[in-house]
Amino acid sequence: MTLGDWISQPVNWVFSALGLAVVFSGFRVVTAKNVVHAALYLVGALAGTAGLFLLLSAEFVAWSLVLVYIGAVVVLFLFGIMITRAPTGLDPALDTNRKLVPGVLAAAVFALMTWAAFDAFGVEQITSAGVATDNALLGESLLGRFVIPFEVVSFVLLGALIGGITIARRDLTPVEEEERAAV
Amino acid sequence: MTLTQFLVIGAALFALGVYGLLVRRNLVLILLSVELMLAAVNINLVAFEAFLVTTQAIGQVFAIFVITVAAAEVGIGLAIVLMIFRNRRSANVDDLSLMRW
Repeated sequence: MTLGDWISQPVNWVFSALGLAVVFSGFRVVTAKNVVHAALYLVGALAGTAGLFLLLSAEFVAWSLVLVYIGAVVVLFLFGIMITRAPTGLDPALDTNRKLVPGVLAAAVFALMTWAAFDAFGVEQITSAGVATDNALLGESLLGRFVIPFEVVSFVLLGALIGGITIARRDLTPVEEEERAAV
Repeated sequence: MTLTQFLVIGAALFALGVYGLLVRRNLVLILLSVELMLAAVNINLVAFEAFLVTTQAIGQVFAIFVITVAAAEVGIGLAIVLMIFRNRRSANVDDLSLMRW
């Protein structure tokens, strides 16, 4: 398949737009000088990822990504930023000055993974696109073959909930405890 | 659509996450970079599921697991960041040199 064949498929135009949006937003997440902007660009990257999932006919995963990530995780991040950085303006000291080694390392990771993908799969087509994954199949799989991992994950969430409360709770100082006991 | 194009997007997102993880000094921003890397993993899982079409939609099931665990990770991670900030008045990793000799 040549590049011309690839461009002639309209679905690849959608893919290119989404892919550019994802990569650009991801780039801004790691380079933005304003912390709040970085968190908001994560919304763009994740929304683009959800769009890619829709292209791959994975509707359920796409919408759970939108709900869980954009709805909950990014809001949590914004809370974390507001609490730990009250003045949220520009901050020149947000990054380290030694960017060469991380840049080279990231480029090497990208080059290696891209080369491996091309080497292993070349231009093999995804033929299932356009046929939506049956949500009933997904549900049966989650509560059938994968029911034990599913339950384990629910315990992980419970543990995270309790752990989050326990870690973030402020313990009373000895003086405060005495004051409370006196009342 | 080829499988490789999705893998390349996943690789790009993962590499950006690696870069952010190493360059950022603020703990919240480091967690943001980790989220980018997890999103890259999800793209790979869903793309391989669409490519192989397993009978039980295994790729998508594991993408859901990754999303769930990532949500738990953010909750715990931000609680720890909050605790560090409360104790040391800073969320910069450079300031956390207590255990370095």
